[in-house]
Amino acid sequence: MNFLLELKENIIISYKAIIANKMRSVLATLGIVIGITAVTLMQTAIEGINRAFESSIASIGTDVLYIQKFEWFGREDFEVYRNRKDITLQHFNFLKRFAQTSASMCPTQGTLKTLQFQNLTLEDVFIIGTTDEYQTTFGTNIDDGRFFTTRESEGGYPVCVIGMDVKNAFFENVNPIGKYIKVGTHTFKVIGVVEKQGSLLGLFSLDNRIIIPIQRFVKLFGTRRSISINVKAADINNIEETKEEITSIMRKARKLKPGMRNDFGINQQEAFQQTYDQLTFLIKAIGLIITSLSLIVGSVGIANIMFVSVKERTKEIGIRKAIGARRKTILFQFLIESSLICLLGGLIGLAIAFPISLVIDALVLPTVMPLWIVILGIFISVMFGLLAGFFPAYSGAKMDPVESLRYE
Amino acid sequence: MENLISLKEIVKVYEMGEESLYALHGVSLDIKKNEYVGIMGPSGSGKSTLMNIIGCLDTPTSGEYFLNNKNVSEMFDDELAEIRNKEIGFVFQTFNLLPRSDALHNVELPLIYSGLTKRERIRKAEEALTNVGLADRMKHKPNELSGGQRQRVALARALVNDPSIILADEPTGNLDTKTGEEIMALFEELSNKGNTIIVVTHEEDIAKHTKRIVKMRDGLVCEDRIK
Ligand SMILES: Nc1ncnc2c1ncn2[C@@H]1O[C@H](COP(=O)(O)OP(=O)(O)OP(=O)(O)O)[C@@H](O)[C@H]1O
Ligand SMILES: [Mg+2]
Repeated sequence: MNFLLELKENIIISYKAIIANKMRSVLATLGIVIGITAVTLMQTAIEGINRAFESSIASIGTDVLYIQKFEWFGREDFEVYRNRKDITLQHFNFLKRFAQTSASMCPTQGTLKTLQFQNLTLEDVFIIGTTDEYQTTFGTNIDDGRFFTTRESEGGYPVCVIGMDVKNAFFENVNPIGKYIKVGTHTFKVIGVVEKQGSLLGLFSLDNRIIIPIQRFVKLFGTRRSISINVKAADINNIEETKEEITSIMRKARKLKPGMRNDFGINQQEAFQQTYDQLTFLIKAIGLIITSLSLIVGSVGIANIMFVSVKERTKEIGIRKAIGARRKTILFQFLIESSLICLLGGLIGLAIAFPISLVIDALVLPTVMPLWIVILGIFISVMFGLLAGFFPAYSGAKMDPVESLRYE
Repeated sequence: MENLISLKEIVKVYEMGEESLYALHGVSLDIKKNEYVGIMGPSGSGKSTLMNIIGCLDTPTSGEYFLNNKNVSEMFDDELAEIRNKEIGFVFQTFNLLPRSDALHNVELPLIYSGLTKRERIRKAEEALTNVGLADRMKHKPNELSGGQRQRVALARALVNDPSIILADEPTGNLDTKTGEEIMALFEELSNKGNTIIVVTHEEDIAKHTKRIVKMRDGLVCEDRIK
């Protein structure tokens, strides 16, 4: 009871003291302001990268292996990869015939083409050639219509499944199913629309694409490019086993002798995860260094201003002691003052960081300032206030009443 | 009647580098309940030092001090703070009010430290201010009040917690004669109501009001006269 009373009284005193020295308090709190701004913005950025990464990585799939000429984030020279033999549909067929530990697999091959529907055109659309197993391999959901069948796939029918961007560009108010679009100069019938996929790391859209049977793709756009063979493991927990099996089948298919190095890459989401972890670690490290530096500088500033405040109010301390204030009452009074100043700094920091986070969200990458970092930021500023205020407050608390009353 | 205050051989020494300065040389003094005592003496004779010790603001270097039969000279900081809060009402020459707080809050302050509820505090503080004739000045800050009014606020603050003893160290020292007389009239009134009061003063005029005069010289009581 007594404690709460004093707490309330102390908050009022501190509030008055801060108001009386507005400018000084705000300046003293600059370090805290910067610290809190930095830490909240850092977390907002990480949140954004997380989100972008999670949606991107979902499109890569945790249980899918990508057999390609290149290795993601590979360490060799680009030349080494480029000079490798292409991966072809023959390799795919071989793999499909012998692989036991895969749930499904599909080849993919891609190119950019201009699409046309009536008088509308859409440039640089990604055309994917694949088989009907694409859907099971990547778990693609269909928003409207259907995916192509095995028969359509093997027969190389001129049918296509379109991405959401294409649908929005061509079929705003029209049902796209059954319509005919032109891919380059070739006509395809739209049979389905893929659910919205979002974008890869917020950079390029995964919806600006269409999917067609690979047999058709090869016939129209040629076979010169290397393909990617995408294998969904039968059991995600045994993905290593699948990897080993694929490696040995591929080595046979590529006619590699024992001792020769693999001339293909088996890529997997993990590679992304590692690079991503390194990136976020870097951001966190930089953010934490900035934050702790400014908080340390900030608390030195606060401690300094609190020593001044205690000194200035020596007389007041004497008066309060003369009429019955205990040591801890005085101690609390100044601790509360310093934590209020820091809280003010923290709030100013948040007030600066929040609009910036909105700008980041609108212009750079979709994100939101997480609530927990706001709460943590407030907590940190109050903690630093208590820390920085302790010695000044203690020096005030143990002042001698007679001497402090004499102070002018 | 029993002694409210009992000082036994109180010595106060200030160590000034090499030298020791004896502000009090061994003061013994008993004061009973309801007494109205004036302390006089030349400047530097130790009046304020003695008042500060009686008011528990300061502790003696040696000697014993009993207040209400409690040995105050053995108490620690926070215990003394409680005594100051409950038992003592101090009035200073320079008023010593909190400049940023209004009269009401200044008077309320001791009650905050003794843990009364807001309602009780306001009631008592208003009553105390009314008793010193400041019912219409409660919301005024110290710098919006005259010297006499400030000293009344200080007096109200000293009285608000019903202390056993009221101590005033030259309460009229910063006031003109007429205002000083008004303040002394208030003290007299308080004395008549049964309060125990000790006033330090330089002026014979003011000492006239008191019923007992203690004169000090060089840190010792040199005369103790009851009228
Ligand atoms: N903190 C201190 N340090 C050193 N000496 C002190 C201190 N306080 C008081 N003294 C000395 O103690 C002696 C008594 O001082 P005190 O203030 O009690 O005198 P006083 O009787 O109240 O005088 P005045 O009438 O001028 O107020 C003086 O000589 C003074 O210089
Ligand atoms: Mg004096």
